[in-house]
Amino acid sequence: MKAGSNLEKVLAAGHFAVTGELGPPRGNNAEEVRHKAHYLKGIVDSVNITDNQTAVVRMASWAACKILIDEGLEPNYQMVCRDRNRIALMSDILGATALGIKNVLCLSGDHQRFGDHPEGKNVYDLDSVQLISIFKKMRDEGKFLNDKELDGAPGIFIGAAANPFADPFTWRAVRMGKKIAAGADFIQTQCIYNLPKFREFMKMAVDRGLHEKCAILAGITPLKSVGMAKYMAKFVPGMDVPEELVKRLQGVDKKAQGDEGIKIAIEMIQEIRETIPGVAGVHVMAIEWEHRAKEIVEGAGLLPRPVVD
Amino acid sequence: MIVGDSKPLEEILEMIEGKDKVLVLGCRGCVTVCNVGGEKEVGILATALRIARKKRGLPTSIEERTLERQCDPEYIEELAEAAEGYDAIVSIACGVGPQFVAERFPKVRVFPGINTTFIGGALEHGVWSERCQSCGNCLVHNFGGLCPIARCSKSLMNGPCGGSANKKCEISPEVDCVWHLIVEKMAEMGRLEELERVWPVKNWITSRDGGPRRRVREDLKQ
Ligand code: SF4
Ligand code: SF4
Repeated sequence: MKAGSNLEKVLAAGHFAVTGELGPPRGNNAEEVRHKAHYLKGIVDSVNITDNQTAVVRMASWAACKILIDEGLEPNYQMVCRDRNRIALMSDILGATALGIKNVLCLSGDHQRFGDHPEGKNVYDLDSVQLISIFKKMRDEGKFLNDKELDGAPGIFIGAAANPFADPFTWRAVRMGKKIAAGADFIQTQCIYNLPKFREFMKMAVDRGLHEKCAILAGITPLKSVGMAKYMAKFVPGMDVPEELVKRLQGVDKKAQGDEGIKIAIEMIQEIRETIPGVAGVHVMAIEWEHRAKEIVEGAGLLPRPVVD
Repeated sequence: MIVGDSKPLEEILEMIEGKDKVLVLGCRGCVTVCNVGGEKEVGILATALRIARKKRGLPTSIEERTLERQCDPEYIEELAEAAEGYDAIVSIACGVGPQFVAERFPKVRVFPGINTTFIGGALEHGVWSERCQSCGNCLVHNFGGLCPIARCSKSLMNGPCGGSANKKCEISPEVDCVWHLIVEKMAEMGRLEELERVWPVKNWITSRDGGPRRRVREDLKQ
């Protein structure tokens, strides 16, 4: 075991893993974190805590992670390279693991141009691939980037993201391979709506043997409405929402669109699990819809979650 | 070259408020090439200032001069006799100009008349693009001749990120994703495999992060 996190154990035992996601509040409202967490308890194996996602200032990810630990959930600490240099990133992982955090997700981070403080200066001292390699070095060699010994190496299960729908398409599996070569233990993909394209991506990954070196979790986000589907298709770079999904949502009554979105998510999970080789689990991002995560996981036949020692 | 943009006229008028005798000072270097701070632009700015000040009933003594370069004390020296006769000098060279002029003539108020924006080149007449961030350790040959430091919005060395779509960067449909271009170019050159390497962290000491830079060439020093 690298970290002995629940997620690592579930995957090591060969179970189809389920991770969830929770966005910290835009304030220090700890109760809000507990409230959202309670919807995910027992539903997922580990919960990603986003790090100022879309460059909007929120409660620090590590702090929200700690609240989750206190509530009996396992967090997955997301870290972006946008806001911190190598000194702060290494320092934060030491602090986070000292608090009991065992999973980390290394990201470059959305550019701040569309965040709530676009006038800010960004850092990008490292990129996500380099961050992964530094954390691996700290864990496996017990050394900082500069080769100096650590007084206590962080046990961390290292994660990374992959977007099968960004461009250039044929390079996406290769780049995921770079993250795995750098030391990623697990991958969570961007939200999948275009299944045929994801299938093609996974074929490239499997051809490269990536699924054997690393657990690949397929990203699922339920569409709440036609509006959300259209927004994602149009305004989120690197997001691929096929027209037929939008049409399917348009085909039902406005009030029933959310339920239809959940149904789509469940079908998607089942189809991925049954028909796409190399997928080790799903990452369910029910953004600001944490209370409906259970329906999805249950509907997909993934409850109860395994308990692994 | 160093590329710049003119400052709004109103901002310059505010800078020189209360200053009766003003010199607009151009430079025949980069800013002449990118049409923002050469002799021609000195004339345009001086005329605009005169007209605006006249309308407001203010003194219209705005003189014009353009030096060979403003990043070389040798040329700044040409102003030695005239400089202190002005209440204000508006330099429309890159950011080096107003600093060199102010340093040489501490009694005169010196103002920057342009905003220095980037190191780049002309794509076509009237269009420039940023190409270099002067990181101090050039690597472009490894990336098909394209710079990921200056041209990727996140300076990624192992791109492209998940926001790359239709060859454009996630920050704007107006900005090319340089990493898309790098992958394409390397594929064309049959060198795609080179990009599979995990590029190690960059040493930013040679960049501005290592502190303000200074260069001494013993072979040229007298
Ligand atoms: S690698 Fe550095 S020196 Fe070379 S073009 Fe890019 S920023 Fe400039
Ligand atoms: S989209 Fe391309 S240019 Fe923009 S940040 Fe990502 S890799 Fe860099």
